[in-house]
Amino acid sequence: MSAPSVPVIAQTAGKGAARAAARKRSKVGGSDRRPGWVTYLILALAIIASILPLYYAFLLASSNSAYIAQNPIPSLIPQGEFFDNVSRVLNSDIQFWKALGNSIIVATITSLSVVLFSTLAGFSFSKLRFRGRNGLLVFVIATTAVPTQLGIVPLFIVMSQLHWTGKLVAVIVPGLVTAFGVFWMTQYLEGALPYELIEASRVDGASMIRSFWHVALPAARPAAVMLGLFTFVGSWTNFFWPFIVLGSENPTLPVAVQLLQASYFKDMALIMAGVTVSIVPLFVLFFVAGRQLVAGIMQGAVKG
Amino acid sequence: MATSTTSPQLNRGGQADPGRTPRRVGFSQTLGRWDVKLSPYLYVSPFFILFALTGLFPLLYTAFVSVHDWNLIGGKGDFVGFENYAYVLQQPNFWKGIRNTFSIFFISTIPQLIIAIILAALLDANLRAKTFWRMGVLLPYVVAPVAVSLIFGKLFADQSGIINTLLGKIGIDPIGWHAQVLPSHIAIATMVDFRWTGYNTLILLAAMQAIPRDLYEAAVLDGASRVRQFFSVTVPMLRPTIIFVVITSTIGGLQIFDEPRLFDQTGQGGPSRQWMTATMYIYEVGWGNQKSFGRASAVAWILFLIIVVVGIINFSLTRRISSDESSKSRKKVRR
Repeated sequence: MSAPSVPVIAQTAGKGAARAAARKRSKVGGSDRRPGWVTYLILALAIIASILPLYYAFLLASSNSAYIAQNPIPSLIPQGEFFDNVSRVLNSDIQFWKALGNSIIVATITSLSVVLFSTLAGFSFSKLRFRGRNGLLVFVIATTAVPTQLGIVPLFIVMSQLHWTGKLVAVIVPGLVTAFGVFWMTQYLEGALPYELIEASRVDGASMIRSFWHVALPAARPAAVMLGLFTFVGSWTNFFWPFIVLGSENPTLPVAVQLLQASYFKDMALIMAGVTVSIVPLFVLFFVAGRQLVAGIMQGAVKG
Repeated sequence: MATSTTSPQLNRGGQADPGRTPRRVGFSQTLGRWDVKLSPYLYVSPFFILFALTGLFPLLYTAFVSVHDWNLIGGKGDFVGFENYAYVLQQPNFWKGIRNTFSIFFISTIPQLIIAIILAALLDANLRAKTFWRMGVLLPYVVAPVAVSLIFGKLFADQSGIINTLLGKIGIDPIGWHAQVLPSHIAIATMVDFRWTGYNTLILLAAMQAIPRDLYEAAVLDGASRVRQFFSVTVPMLRPTIIFVVITSTIGGLQIFDEPRLFDQTGQGGPSRQWMTATMYIYEVGWGNQKSFGRASAVAWILFLIIVVVGIINFSLTRRISSDESSKSRKKVRR
């Protein structure tokens, strides 16, 4: 037998009881009581453990080689040469600004494209009926598990025949669609977009593409934002393929940053300054949109 | 049914309402029907075309390249059958790569899962400032593996690294985090876990929150302690999610490249290849000294088959465990 709903409690036992019941209901899992300080302590330690390595990078970035050699454990207070080191990174041969621009271009184009094509395919898979739909959808789900990275040799051969090696297009084109994105949007639109809305727009004489643009796309917005964020992060942090196909002449940010280690490996302050600067853009994104990332992972887990 | 659900209803609606003249006649009506019939295929086609060109074709073509004498500069040469495979399988470095890949995978995955389950259980409590804690554990996910690897390479430096210095203070001799096999694997596994533990924590947290509350209530009525509830209700109910996490980390983990590649400045996986992974070996054979695409493809294809086999093992284990588990949990509920 299920417990009486909150409005029923409000009628039978008064508003106070209803509020208590609602509070109890809003809580899922675990225990209803507030946890003790040990829980907060362990979580705080986990977060400190994930921040410390990053802070360590910043500490090294604000010192110099002599200081690092003398102090294996740096002082927790930064040394104050951070901006000098950063300006050395910006003026080094790694072409920092070009790399930053390239990363922005690649990540923006791929996330927009993944969102558009995934929503389009997700609309079709979840709301339209056509021959072969189930088979194709199973194929999409299966391909989320295919290690496509292992196809790099032929991919590289194709790119060099097209004379695309060293050009951004070689990184952009393979990132234009993902099987995960299609699966994700199909799942979402399945529940979020009522058939009635599409039918209504069709009755009003809208073409399929108009129904997609004016009905499906707005309904897909929350999931589309999350998908775009994850694609952006994935593209921004991607190293293996850009490293192989772009090389040091026209790098993305991760490719440029690892060049620092290859060419200035004795100058740890410089390397860490580059690392710190390269982390900043996604940190900004995280503080703006971290909630969406958390929600996205948690929703994907329940559905997937 | 080959067409959209919307079309027959649309026509019926038009016929049932004689007062309204149909707007579409002749050509535009045919156009409308084609719109309904073709649009679904048109909308899924960008994915399939692009995926076929940039994902599936290269993967399959790898098999073709692997049976040829194929050079980075010279291009395609003669058909050589399984010569590339025979060559690769005789290389000690190939086997080192496979060994290191699996070793790093196991060393990273098992502690990661345990920590993630514990953190998820803590986050599942009725915390103040929930979002803050959740975002906190996710933070490392936005740090690129390249940055993680450069930072941890220094943290784990053999001579002047902070970890060896700290160990020295409590009387432990410095560990050869780069020089030795197992310590280098532990260091690389630490980088993987740094980035992914929080991500998997949130997946497990979501699964925990989906566990029906009655199970806990029943456990409480039976007098189960918090710890007992965790092991007898939470962990069994999480099993499908744990398997999902394991499968996704298998696919990614067996292709690991960034972290080991940047663990030192030469990028070869150590002087005796003690932390060189299989994907690094593909790179070395294809773009390093040999520049042999044929051999690199052979390695890639072998690694692909390994991942498929591991995936199938995972899958069959999953089915067995989940069917066992559902019967067990059914018993539990009945009791």
